[in-house]
Parts: sequence; C-alpha cells; structure tokens
Amino acid sequence: MAEVLVYVDHVDGAVRKPTLELLTLARRIGEPVAVHLGAGADEAAKVLGEHGAVKVLTADAAEFADYLVVPKVDALQAAYEAVNPAAVLVPSSAEGKEIAARLALRVGGGLITDAVDLEAGDEGPVATQSVFAASYSTKSRVTKGTPVITVKPNSAAPEAAPAAGTVERLSVTFGELATGTKVVSRTPRESTGRPELTEAAIVVSGGRGVNGAENFPLIEALADSLGGAVGASRAAVDAGWYPHTNQVGQTGKSVSPQLYIAAGISGAIQHRAGMQTSKTIVAINKDEEAPIFELVDYGVVGDLFEVVPQLTDEIKARKG
Amino acid sequence: MSLRIVVCVKYVPDATGDRHFAEDLTVDRDDVDGLLSELDEYAVEQALQIADEADDAEITVLTVGPEDAKDALRKALSMGAHKAVHVEDDDLHGTDVMGTSLVLAKAVEHVGYDLVVCGMASTDGGMGVLPALLAERLGVPQVSLLSQVAVEDGKVTGRRDGDAATEQLEAALPAVVSVTDQSGEARYPSFKGIMAAKKKPVESLDLSDLGIEADEVGLDGAWTTVDSAAERPARTAGTIVKDEGEGGKQLAEFLAGQKFV
Repeated sequence: MAEVLVYVDHVDGAVRKPTLELLTLARRIGEPVAVHLGAGADEAAKVLGEHGAVKVLTADAAEFADYLVVPKVDALQAAYEAVNPAAVLVPSSAEGKEIAARLALRVGGGLITDAVDLEAGDEGPVATQSVFAASYSTKSRVTKGTPVITVKPNSAAPEAAPAAGTVERLSVTFGELATGTKVVSRTPRESTGRPELTEAAIVVSGGRGVNGAENFPLIEALADSLGGAVGASRAAVDAGWYPHTNQVGQTGKSVSPQLYIAAGISGAIQHRAGMQTSKTIVAINKDEEAPIFELVDYGVVGDLFEVVPQLTDEIKARKG
Repeated sequence: MSLRIVVCVKYVPDATGDRHFAEDLTVDRDDVDGLLSELDEYAVEQALQIADEADDAEITVLTVGPEDAKDALRKALSMGAHKAVHVEDDDLHGTDVMGTSLVLAKAVEHVGYDLVVCGMASTDGGMGVLPALLAERLGVPQVSLLSQVAVEDGKVTGRRDGDAATEQLEAALPAVVSVTDQSGEARYPSFKGIMAAKKKPVESLDLSDLGIEADEVGLDGAWTTVDSAAERPARTAGTIVKDEGEGGKQLAEFLAGQKFV
C-alpha cells in the first residue's frame, strides 16, 4: 500500500488533535508515515502509533526553533525523498500552509489548502473545500506530481487504529535559505486553560453587542460552562475588547465546531466566512433583523446581558 | 541608496456580492464587482510607512489579472505608491497559485527589488501561501504574517503573532514580507492622491515579456483541478424565539436536546 506522509503538529511531543484527524484521513488513501520535528518524538510516537502511523520519522535540531519555517521544509523534503509518498498531508495552520506550499513547489506537486474532507479517488485523493464564505462546496484534486494537501481542524473524528509507530531518525541537511529568517525572541502565549479556538468542539463568540472588554467574562463564563473556546468578531477585536488571536472570520480564524454560539454578533459576511460550516449554529441578538439569524438552528431575539447569564446558570444547573 | 519596494496586490470579487463559479469552474468575475483586496491595502499602507522612514524609496505596485485589475493598481497609486506594473495576458485565465507565484516572481525580478510586501492572504482564494511561495521562488527570506514591520540598516524586522507564541523576526534584505490586518489601518486616498494617480506610470507586461511559456500558467498549466462546485443548500429555517424572560432557559433546553449539555 502507498505511504502517505503526515506532518505532525505538536507542542514538545504532545500531539495536537488536528494531526490525529489527519492520520484518520491518511488511512483512507494509504499507510500513514508521520514526520515529527523537534523534541518529544518518543512520547509522540506512542500516540501517533495508536492512531495508525506505521512509522514515525523524526529529526531534532536547534534550527527548527531558531529560524522561521524553512528548516521544517528542508526536513519534510528529506522525509519526502526518503519515502516517496503518494500524498503529503499537513494541518491547515498558518505555518502548516506555508510549509506545505514550499514543499509542493520544491517537489513539483500540486497544492490544495484548507480541505474539509478527503477521499481516495481513481486519479488520486479528492479534497472537499468550502469556499466563498462556505456558500459553495468544491471537489478538487492534484493533476501534477504528488498531492500536497492541508486539512482544516475538525475535518474528521480521530480514530484509534493500532500500528507499529516505529521511530526512525531522519537525516536532514539544511539549505542556505534555512537560516534566512531569524527568530530573535519568542513569547509563548499564556494558556487560558480553554481549548484552542480552531480545534474546539464548542465555540462561544462575542461581538459588538458585548459592548466592552469588561463584559467579555460573560462570554467566557458561558464558554466554560460548555467546555468551549471563546471567539470574538472583528468589531470586538478592533475595539480592543478581546485579543486578535481569538478573532473568528475572514481575516481571523476559521472555525468549524459542532456548536457555535454567536452573542451580540450581527453576522457580516466576513464573520460568516469564518464560522458558517459549524454544525449547529445558535445566535443571541437583540436585533431581530440581524443577518446571523438567517444561519441559525436556534436564535434568541433578546438582550444578551439577560439571556447569556440565564443560559450559563441553566447549563451549570443541568450539569449539576 | 534607494530602497526598492514592490507591493503585490490582487483584484478580487467583492465579498459582499453574490459570488459564483463560471462554467469552467474558475471564479466568475463578470458576475460581481471587483476591488483591491482589503488585505492588500494593509500591505500598501506598510510599504508607504516603510518608505516614509527610508531616505529614498520607490514603491512599485504589481498585479496579475485581467484589464479590470488596473482598478486595484489605481487605488494603490492613489494611496501613494509611485508606479505600477500590470501583468495581463489571455493565457493567464485559470492560473492557480503555483502559476501566479511564478508570474509574480518573474515580474518582481523584472522590476528590481529590495523588499516585496504582500497582504496575508487574498480575500477570494484565501490560501495565504503566496508570500511563502514567492520567497521560495526568489530564494530570499520570508518574513510573513507580521503585525508590525520595520526596515533599517538593510534588515527587515517584525512581529508575528502565532497561535502558540508571539515571535520577533529578523532577516537581511532582499526579503518577502506579508502583513496582517493588525499591522495598522490603511489610509484613504486623498483627492490630491486620486488626481496624482492618474498621471503615474502603469507598465503593462505580458507573458513573453517575462519569458514565461503559456503552458506554465492558465487552466492547462495548473497543478490542481476543480472537478465540481456545488452551491451549498440554504440552511433550513431555524427556530427563533423572542426572549420574554425565559430565553436563556429555552436555549438551554434546545442545547440539551442536541446533547450539548
């Protein structure tokens, strides 16, 4: 069976959920071979093996942390040349897409980004994408070289599939460009203890109607009662009420959770572009004409300062 | 010594319009008005600010696209860019991101550059990979997704806000940078700027000027193909209730019914 390279997104060996989703999708088109760069390969290999990785190729070097993107491309290319895979899958993070693009160019393979589903086809993998603010669904495939495909989080449910997960060292030679962009300093973001926005099964977002940073704890409390992540509309971010890293929409994060709750968000096209593929959509807004209500499975026309706390209390009560 | 800045911009269908696919499954550009991609306005703005700080700088704004794409160039010129280059060729129809990065790389080299500035992504395709591809093709550092950028002493520095961390980056020129919508509000063209833009030079290039063969671009030269595009069925109308004091509880009941609670 053909081998499929899967680029591993991890934090010091703790594999992030989108990578496990990729392994599930990879098994539809071949045998997953995971590529783990940086520290923690042994710890990661166990989890990767449990999810179907037949092999884990690993490399660790200071260059991965000290310079931007290119050292990881060099390493993924080394894995590509060692394996000669039928396809390469990379999680659709900002960095993941840059790595995938540069690899595709180097190996002469077509690039598809932000796939939301992947199937085996007669002429190679077929990727489903959601475009034009999720108003269209397209099916695409690569016609030249080896397909390099980035896949959005929540595109598949991770499945357990025990495999060898044997660790093999990968030999990497860094090219001249690898040290081109130096990471002078890195300040890790403080953990909120909440799930990562793009990976979360439930997202609660606040918009203009939240009316100030001091009111965002209302949104956070609702998110916490559901074990969800907190998002914000561009209006709320531009007003400085919530960090840009939590922005949902065209210029922020694109999310596709099981449940999306929009509080005080009117639903401009740019916001809809980032959340319209959510499975169940709920909105709370006092303006019954707000376009967000065209999308909802359930909408409450009302004051979020009344509805949200009542909802939070009720959820807490039901959860006991 | 003069700092040569090239800003890559895209003319895109207005996202607030009703966007569709044409019969060949490329984006239907006749159906909806186009405009300079909003995210590229931030790139023009940062280029203008970098030029202001430099002793002597020249900003060339560059686009690849049909006749109408000149509108995007005019907008950038009216904001303050000095000159424009328009790559236009019938054979470009249906070009994918790989082909576009080839055309832009050749055009950037044709113009001459110390710094290339791009927006973080287009507002239509939204792939966000072009700056990385351009850097790869040009063989220069990529300093991408910057929320702050500065050029000094032959180096570009900037801040990249990633998911897990904020990074300070540094690279020697020449380099390709991309900026996010957090880099700073783009200026509105002044009346004077709009009038001045009409007199600024727009150079037109075709594929042969750049030494690119027709089969390297266009639909036939694309490395990917769209097999089908289906409009998503409209969502079935959801339940909408008016809060009469029990709205939160009713919503909790709905969420419990959907097994979210």
